Amino acid sequence: MTPVLELFDATMLSRIQFGFTITFHILFPALSIGLAGFLVVLEILWLRTAEERYWRLLRFWTTVFALSFGMGVVSGIVLAYQFGTNWSGLMAKAGQIVGPLFSYETLTAFFLEASFLGVLLFGWKRVSRRMHFISTLMVALGTCISAFWIMAANSWLQTPAGHVVRDGVFYPADWWAIIFNPSFLVRYAHMLMAAYLATAFVVAGVAAGYLLKGRFVPMAKPMLALALVMIVPLAPLQIIAGDIAGLIVRDHQPAKLAAMEAQWETGVMPLRLFAIPDQSQTRNHFEIAVPKLGSLITQHSLETPVKGLLEFAAADRPNALIVFWTFRVMAGIGFLMLLIALIAMLLVARKRLYSSRWFLRLLTLASPLGFVAIIAGWYTAEIGRQPYVIYGALRTADAVSPVSAGHVALSLSLFLIVYAAVFGAGFWYLWRTINTGPVEVALPEAPNLGNRPMAGLSTMSAK
Amino acid sequence: MAFSVAFAVGMYVVLDGFDLGVGILFPFADDHAQRDQMMNSIAPFWDGNETWLVFGGAVLLSAFPAAFAVILPAVYLPIIVMLLGLMVRGVAFEFRFKHHPRTRIWDIAFTAGSMTATFAQGVVLGAFVQGIAVDKGQYAGGAWDWLTPFSVVTGLALLCGYALLGNTWLFWRSHGKLQQKAKTWMPVLLVAMLSAIGAISIWTPLMSPAIASRWFDFPRAFAFTPVPVLTLACAWGAYKGLRKTASPVPFTLCIGLFFLGYSGLAISIFPQLPPPSMTLFDAAASPESQRFLLPGIVILVPLILAHTWYNYRVFHVKGEHDEGYGH
Repeated sequence: MTPVLELFDATMLSRIQFGFTITFHILFPALSIGLAGFLVVLEILWLRTAEERYWRLLRFWTTVFALSFGMGVVSGIVLAYQFGTNWSGLMAKAGQIVGPLFSYETLTAFFLEASFLGVLLFGWKRVSRRMHFISTLMVALGTCISAFWIMAANSWLQTPAGHVVRDGVFYPADWWAIIFNPSFLVRYAHMLMAAYLATAFVVAGVAAGYLLKGRFVPMAKPMLALALVMIVPLAPLQIIAGDIAGLIVRDHQPAKLAAMEAQWETGVMPLRLFAIPDQSQTRNHFEIAVPKLGSLITQHSLETPVKGLLEFAAADRPNALIVFWTFRVMAGIGFLMLLIALIAMLLVARKRLYSSRWFLRLLTLASPLGFVAIIAGWYTAEIGRQPYVIYGALRTADAVSPVSAGHVALSLSLFLIVYAAVFGAGFWYLWRTINTGPVEVALPEAPNLGNRPMAGLSTMSAK
Repeated sequence: MAFSVAFAVGMYVVLDGFDLGVGILFPFADDHAQRDQMMNSIAPFWDGNETWLVFGGAVLLSAFPAAFAVILPAVYLPIIVMLLGLMVRGVAFEFRFKHHPRTRIWDIAFTAGSMTATFAQGVVLGAFVQGIAVDKGQYAGGAWDWLTPFSVVTGLALLCGYALLGNTWLFWRSHGKLQQKAKTWMPVLLVAMLSAIGAISIWTPLMSPAIASRWFDFPRAFAFTPVPVLTLACAWGAYKGLRKTASPVPFTLCIGLFFLGYSGLAISIFPQLPPPSMTLFDAAASPESQRFLLPGIVILVPLILAHTWYNYRVFHVKGEHDEGYGH
């Protein structure tokens, strides 16, 4: 076999498959978390003001939410079983810890969301307004609870605690320590804020798009305002959370920090704005760096050294080229969001928000940024923890299933094809829905419109 | 904990069974309006139903991690195919109404996804019953061990079973011409299901002397005779239940059929998990882990069941308002 083909063994293929499926998956739950919260706000506004525009906004974003939620569910089931099919080693060794966490996620979050989702989507004419609002609230709550458990599980893999190991198997010793492991709380907060921020940017971008074209103006304005209310406080808070997360990485995953910052030699660390890390030569090419600033950021002190990758055995070093850049992308977007938030505040103070076309254009371009950051951040976290799947305790290569590379190649190809079709269609319909916009929808008291599905109106083209 | 896994899997089979079944029957509807009706009858429920599959997997992992780690790689391709089928079916709900101009593409996807997922589940079941090779706690068989005539037959059997269950659901919850159709299909599907059960019941003991001795050794055999008798009784009752329009009786009795089939399976292989070499007790998780999860299950599952029942009640009035994914 040629060297290139040798690289694609069952472990690598399984990693690619997992990375591929989870990249798609993370988009939808994140959007669902954000939109569910947004729906709660819109429903409150509608119930209190009885203004038709809020009703239309509510129905419009519910449609978007339904699309996103559905795609999140189906991609999620794939992941749940993929742990077993491709990572049975991890499951056999750590199943007693991650299994109950997933079980609680299903018990407390998935069932909650799934049950109330039916009423949220279809129950307008069947239940009271109050009951419907409670359903919306429950779905939003469900999404946050879901994030709690999954972040607990992933954080345990990153900073394991509260367990004992006997004969290579991980047994739970202290569940509180397992769940509230060192990195959990900050990563949970970081992920939740990321979801709300990313969604807010999408909403802002959509609103800005309508305003630029002079469509749906009475609805676009509150949409934009609400999105900014979310963005302005969260953008700086997210950077702070990121900083704290970085401190935890410094303490518990020093090799990951070194890779993220392309730090090869231990010493006072500069802030590298640009570099091409070279794993085999263990150095960086074309480096542009600001001295000492790296130490300031990660150690909160200009003189404290940071460990370099060379302190770790070659087999224990994550891929610096990838991790350095994914981290730059995520952090860069974080600061860009802060900048946008500041500009927005300035424009609002000058009452020029809705008329600044250049800013509205910027917002439409910036709408996917949050999701790019989410993916970049996760790639940093997960590729940065290699070669471990349980940090410091179990290597990824030892966790893979005894399945042939051929089979994984086959399943990966199937996933590529089906995902391309399904998510391609999904994005297309999302795009179309947004393009159609928040058109008129009959209120629940309206007379039955005969055989047509009641809200099929929202799928008709705009008048 | 074993009961929890069995319960979760059982709930899944029955609940997702009927909505997959509706998907299987989709191509036999006369026209677009009937297809809409079929879909709307299951639209508010399918997500909750499918959640039991996630729950079953998660609990299996928590309670019997060694078994989870052995079984899933052993049935790698069928599981992957099942996941893809479920995925396509799941999005078809939403996408079908979005596609303009209306074509049949998502109808086809809905059916194809439902059928593929069902067949794959049946194959997994068959592969499980016929036994999984284990060595030193890891799956030790070949890549295609799961594919045998037996597992293909169990795949087809599950197609019949879910179609029947879906049909009884439609009989209960639809109206007009569609309901009439459900009534006419019922005898055929009942016969198909009974034949499938019969075939598998004969084949399993032939396949494995251990199973044969479970069932046929006297005097044990007497203890198990209620199973086939009750099966026939349920089928007969379901048929009779057709007399009354929109009766839930056939649906309920078909659930009974599934339960009986399930117990038959349990009788055959208990306490092996998976057969033939590992048992429940080999594969079980430590008490610390079980103690953490079990209280949660005991408290939350009844709440979930209560809520699920509420959900079914809210949407009970049969699709008159034609709500569904046309939103």
